Amino acid sequence: MAKQTIIPFGPQHPVLPEPVHLDLVLEDETVVQAIPSIGFVHRGLEKLVEKKEYTELMYVTERICGICAFGHNWGYCHAIELLMKVDVPERAEYLRTLWHELSRVHSHLLWLGLLADAFGFESLFNHCWRLRESVLDLFEKTTGGRVIFSVNKIGGVHRDISPEVLTEMATVVAGMRKEVNELINVFVNDTSVKNRLVGVGVVTKEEAEDLCAVGPTARGSGVVTDIRLTGNGVYDKIGFEPIIEEAGDCYARTLVRCRELIQSMDMVIEICETIPEGEIAVPVKGKPEGEFFARLEQPRGEAFYYVKGNGTKNLERMRVRTPTNINIPFLVKSLEGCSLADVPVIVICIDPCISCTER
Amino acid sequence: MYTDLNLKTIEPAELVNTARTLKGEGYRMVQICATKIPDAYELTYSFDKDHELYNYRVIVPEGTEIESITDSYFAAFVYENEMKDLFGIKINHIALDFQGNFFITNEPTPWKGKKAEEE
Repeated sequence: MAKQTIIPFGPQHPVLPEPVHLDLVLEDETVVQAIPSIGFVHRGLEKLVEKKEYTELMYVTERICGICAFGHNWGYCHAIELLMKVDVPERAEYLRTLWHELSRVHSHLLWLGLLADAFGFESLFNHCWRLRESVLDLFEKTTGGRVIFSVNKIGGVHRDISPEVLTEMATVVAGMRKEVNELINVFVNDTSVKNRLVGVGVVTKEEAEDLCAVGPTARGSGVVTDIRLTGNGVYDKIGFEPIIEEAGDCYARTLVRCRELIQSMDMVIEICETIPEGEIAVPVKGKPEGEFFARLEQPRGEAFYYVKGNGTKNLERMRVRTPTNINIPFLVKSLEGCSLADVPVIVICIDPCISCTER
Repeated sequence: MYTDLNLKTIEPAELVNTARTLKGEGYRMVQICATKIPDAYELTYSFDKDHELYNYRVIVPEGTEIESITDSYFAAFVYENEMKDLFGIKINHIALDFQGNFFITNEPTPWKGKKAEEE
């Protein structure tokens, strides 16, 4: 047996936007085991249920993550609405789906930029983030915020979007779609990019299922899992189909996100064109009592929300299980047998969000 | 869409066998959640099959030890270490046991039955 060396990776590393630590056990240049540690930025947001009213938790949940802010907010509202049996108006569901899919576009563009940065393609990184700015501009125009929107409320949304702005939004997204296709062409066909991704960090479908992986990470290994199939939002009305790749390597995970990027932009355009007229919220009376579970497909995968109320203004428990949380075992598996030089790319390929994970 | 909770209560001793059976039938583990209740912890194990959610509830009296399900679902080590670190629940035979060091907290088991106002 070759001599084993342990190399600490993180919590501070150029490829990591947030702190996670891995003890990499190496034999020569090959990783034989990776042992993760988290907890560097644990905030205990779930504990705030004891101090904040259930309506105030709206603002806490959007601060779980700076990228999926809208999604976490929607997931929490969805759980409370299921618990309190609130029927959300159709137009509000369309608006929520619109903002959520735009969030997926900006999240995937951000991730593609980080991936390009991880393998040293700086100009590609800059172009990805330049395009992402256009999405943030749309957020600002429709919600007033670029990161935190505060547009959700229990029973619907606070803000409507006028027909003129919806038309403008569809035009902007259609224009972006052309530029995004050019970027995707580089990620999919450039030899130097493929050299860093094809056959790297392979996890088979059986292994991904065994590790309970979610989101694009699981779909890149051929696992059909996407919570958008369960009837959230208006996905059943706009003909949604999950995107699956079979190869299970970093390239497959990239392909899934590239195709989802285009799919989400198409959904945004379709929503802008077909959104029905109507109310955007209903009044909600009473206090939450009982318990309920809700799930939502975030850009990184399935997120889980649990709420338990006792008929008072304070919940007894709120639980958020984020996608990165459950993809950590997948990361550990995908690192086994890889070269030390491939570790940054494999780590970034699960799209880790430690801020989400720590809560 | 007020779907059913699909919640079933089982005894702590049934936990390992239930997990093993579900794994064999192709269920994906979704999450494990701990909630502090008077003199005990309420653990909820969630599983998914064909996008349907199934939940199992285990009531663990204070000081009682339970067995890990990492034998069937390796990914459970994330939640079991979290419950151990934050709530102080005693879980035996976790496949990857961080011995209370998975989450870095100022004090050990900060959520072990204390209300925020008392802190």
